[in-house]
Amino acid sequence: MMTGWTMLFYKEVLRFWKVSFQTVAAPVLTAVMYLMIFGHVLEAHVQVYDGVSYTAFLIPGLVMMSVLQNAFANSSSSMVQSKIMGNLVFLLLTPLSHWSWFFAYALSAMVRGLLVGAGVLLAGVLFVWQSSVLNFSLMPTQPLWVITFAVLGALMLGSLGLIAGLWADKFDQMAAFQNFIIMPMTFLSGVFYSIHSLPSFWQTVSHLNPFFYMIDGFRFGFFGQSDVSPWLSLGVVGVCLGLVSAIALHLLRTGYKIRG
Amino acid sequence: MPAISFQSVSKTFQTARGPFQALDGVRFDIQDGEFFGLLGPNGAGKTTLISILAGLAKATSGSVLVHGVDVAAQSAQARRMLGVVPQELVFDPFFNVREALKFQSGYFGVKHNDDWIDELLHSLGLSDKAHHNMRQLSGGMKRRMLVAQALVHKPPVIVLDEPTAGVDVELRQTLWQFIAKLNREGSTVLLTTHYLEEAEALCGRIAMLKNGKVVALDSTTELLKAASSNVLRFKLDAELPPALAVNARVTGRIVQFPANDALEIERYLAAVREAGLHAQDVEIRKADLEDVFLDVMHKHTESQP
Repeated sequence: MMTGWTMLFYKEVLRFWKVSFQTVAAPVLTAVMYLMIFGHVLEAHVQVYDGVSYTAFLIPGLVMMSVLQNAFANSSSSMVQSKIMGNLVFLLLTPLSHWSWFFAYALSAMVRGLLVGAGVLLAGVLFVWQSSVLNFSLMPTQPLWVITFAVLGALMLGSLGLIAGLWADKFDQMAAFQNFIIMPMTFLSGVFYSIHSLPSFWQTVSHLNPFFYMIDGFRFGFFGQSDVSPWLSLGVVGVCLGLVSAIALHLLRTGYKIRG
Repeated sequence: MPAISFQSVSKTFQTARGPFQALDGVRFDIQDGEFFGLLGPNGAGKTTLISILAGLAKATSGSVLVHGVDVAAQSAQARRMLGVVPQELVFDPFFNVREALKFQSGYFGVKHNDDWIDELLHSLGLSDKAHHNMRQLSGGMKRRMLVAQALVHKPPVIVLDEPTAGVDVELRQTLWQFIAKLNREGSTVLLTTHYLEEAEALCGRIAMLKNGKVVALDSTTELLKAASSNVLRFKLDAELPPALAVNARVTGRIVQFPANDALEIERYLAAVREAGLHAQDVEIRKADLEDVFLDVMHKHTESQP
């Protein structure tokens, strides 16, 4: 049932790795820009949790945001490019099952998300280390939560990217999906602030955003503090991942937009 | 058991202008080891039929079996037996030639395939390009790669959808020698092409498709026999009189008439002379597949309501 999926997984990883300057280095640089600018402007003005400086609060948020955005970008751009270039036919002609497609695309997206996330975290550590003002450690207090949320979040966005890639017929549709859905949801998920600082209406809205739970749970692993219980976050993220995977698998099984 | 069995395959596309029937109850078998030609004008449904066979599209009704395996119900098993060369010149710009072939082997679950990949590269004249990125290859090279990619898993049934479109003479020779060798070694070959002399030279049996229907299906020999046996061919510098133009096939200066006997030939030549024209390079040749093809297509235009 799963014959050949490892080769597709390997191909998908190699695909982004061959252009890693653009797919790994560039997003790390973007996150470092956010860190330098927001950290510089807000460090002295904002404190979200007791005993946690704003920069320390910001870094895990940026790490997780990078993980999610890059996981999405990987599977979505790969799929939409193959469709438009026409080389998806090489996969369509093979006996690869929809499970194989799904795991290869979702796991390779996860690998890219985690690589970029690790890069941003490393950059964050260096940023703190060279700063004369900042004085804290970025060692996660509960690393298992960190890994769990990073992996689940990356898989979910990888699957979502797969859905978007199957749905989009053109690059501009893909860009619309990214700019009008993925970007707002990540930016409004509490990367840059704690939702407790929001008016109550926006707090309620934020609780409907699954990205909020991914970032909140991920951050819990670093500080042992969060806006909601990590178990609640785990539940929400788990259910969302299940739902998104089921949709992606269904689309692959029925050949949505790829088999006429 | 036939290598490929098309069983009343129909396909209707929903278009902006309403439903369009691309295939209408296509039914024929291709036996194991045959070199089979599928011919038809553009839009006849050849590529649609091949897409359904390859699992790239779904039939609206009917089914296709590959060595008895249904391509829709047991797709994985069927696709393992098929090597399909797509018509579009597609490639993955991220990888080089050898990588692309390794991936393709892997998707079919074939491991340690280097020997066969080397042989494919050699037979298709791609050995010195093995480490070139796909983007650096010329059109003809990319076309050969499509063939190599289709054959990595040594499929018993090879399907070529216009593999020689836009390919130079030398490469066509290389390609056909290789495919003919695979056919001699037992592979079944299904070929679509617009080069009718190729089909005549290679295919043992031929089906002709028009408007989604099979309009002729026979061995190449029988098809040629059934056609009007001779063709009168000459060159003319002026325009043909309208009375004669009805039966003629005119390609630039070349004029051709189907002719069964000497009387008919004399009559055509006399008419040309009476019109005050001068026929040059007059010859009489045997009808070829192109004549048969045009004849069949013409007949089925007339019989349309």
